[in-house]
Amino acid sequence: MSANVRSATLYAPDEAFVEAPAARSRHLAVVRITHWLIAGSVLGLLVTGTGIIISHPRLYWGETGAIGTPSLVDLPLPMIIGPSVWNRPIHFLFAWILLFTWFAYIAAGLLTRHFRKDLLPAKADLKWNRIGRVISDHLRWKRTSEDEAWTYNVVQRLVYLAVVFAIFPAIVWTGLAMSFTIASVFPFLATSLGGFQSARTLHFVLVNLLVLFLIVHLAMLCLVGFATRVRAMITGRIPQGGSAQ
Amino acid sequence: MSSILTRRQLVTTGLVTVAGAAGVGAAARFGRLTPDYRSILGLGESLTYSAQRLLVSGQPPAREFSRSQISKVHPTNGPAPKDETYRGWLANGFNGWRLTVEGLVARPASFSLEDLKRMPTESHIILHACEQGWSYIAEWTGVRLSSLLALVGTRPEARYALFIPIPNPQEHTGIVRLFWDSIDMSDALHPQTLIAYGINGGDLPADHGAPVRLRTSRQLGYKNVKYLSRIVLTDNLDKIGTRGGPGTWYGGI
Repeated sequence: MSANVRSATLYAPDEAFVEAPAARSRHLAVVRITHWLIAGSVLGLLVTGTGIIISHPRLYWGETGAIGTPSLVDLPLPMIIGPSVWNRPIHFLFAWILLFTWFAYIAAGLLTRHFRKDLLPAKADLKWNRIGRVISDHLRWKRTSEDEAWTYNVVQRLVYLAVVFAIFPAIVWTGLAMSFTIASVFPFLATSLGGFQSARTLHFVLVNLLVLFLIVHLAMLCLVGFATRVRAMITGRIPQGGSAQ
Repeated sequence: MSSILTRRQLVTTGLVTVAGAAGVGAAARFGRLTPDYRSILGLGESLTYSAQRLLVSGQPPAREFSRSQISKVHPTNGPAPKDETYRGWLANGFNGWRLTVEGLVARPASFSLEDLKRMPTESHIILHACEQGWSYIAEWTGVRLSSLLALVGTRPEARYALFIPIPNPQEHTGIVRLFWDSIDMSDALHPQTLIAYGINGGDLPADHGAPVRLRTSRQLGYKNVKYLSRIVLTDNLDKIGTRGGPGTWYGGI
């Protein structure tokens, strides 16, 4: 790791931008490409998912639920009949893009050792006091050291791993469980969750967890410098600092 | 980042592109694309359809439930026709109504409600889910569509079955819109696909599509055409379209 790259603060104004050496990229090209494909398809899924849920903004548990049966939750959304007709097919289009991208990301992540190098936390970091310190630093809006522009802290690593390997597969599972055709081949996908409506409710809850992650993700970007981090995820480069702020 | 990685990515991208093109070609050749795959809404549906059809080539039955799980409410979208012909049929037990089966069949035929009820009957307790998100469980009774098609002799070139509801004089007023629809032969020949005349042990009520409706076990509610009057087998939907109402052809979720 060359010292000159890390010699200045990260929060340099844009005019101080100097290209990092080509050999050194913050994010692998495949991570950058899949990141934006995932970001685009998740946005599309959230918009079309909203279009579907407002067609019946009530959640149930079990196999069945309709107007005239007790609901688990009545979401504070208007009930508008109609949008699901075109939102559901587009939802599936984005779901396919996301699924293909996820597979590409997983394959590339294993191939390039991205998970082991960048996401698997060091054993020494997996301690409550370390995790607690990272969280309390962030809650106190304390700026991170410049080193952290080049690596992920233990909380980031755990959260990214959870999103990639737990939340995302669970969203796919609960989505598939709502398909009669899929459930005709793999009935346990639906029965293990409690049924069709349970799968629908869990799909909604999991997506809300994902949205919570996105809110924190974006808030952290703003904290450490939105432009530099977004640029790093597009070009792979981090500006070499000139003057401090 | 080395040039080796870049080359590897290039090779991967190339392979994925070739595999994708080959997949679309194979799907088109073996009839695994939806008839509306060229539209923006049909594109994603076609991927779902192709993947699911490969998965269910053995025609496994959709989940069935016990009588105790039958729901207390069975909502419908849209009221029954209110014109005189339909009300007359409703009053006289559909005397004079007939279901014709035609198109790519060896022996076109038409059936009265009594004819259908005399055929071997079958019941399935399955989940009905609307695209909007609500669902109920009901027991549907009727004739297996595959039995009906065996009786009239399906010609091998048939690829789709069209379901056309009774003519509705109020269609253009927008009060009651009865949509026709079509399904592929995989769904048409599926063992749970019924021409249903009964629900939960009784006759089909008007709101549920009396005298008979299509009842599939793997498609969303909107695909189960009510108030049937004609079933037409065809090999091509290009000229007639894929369905009469809004939304996509494939409702298999």
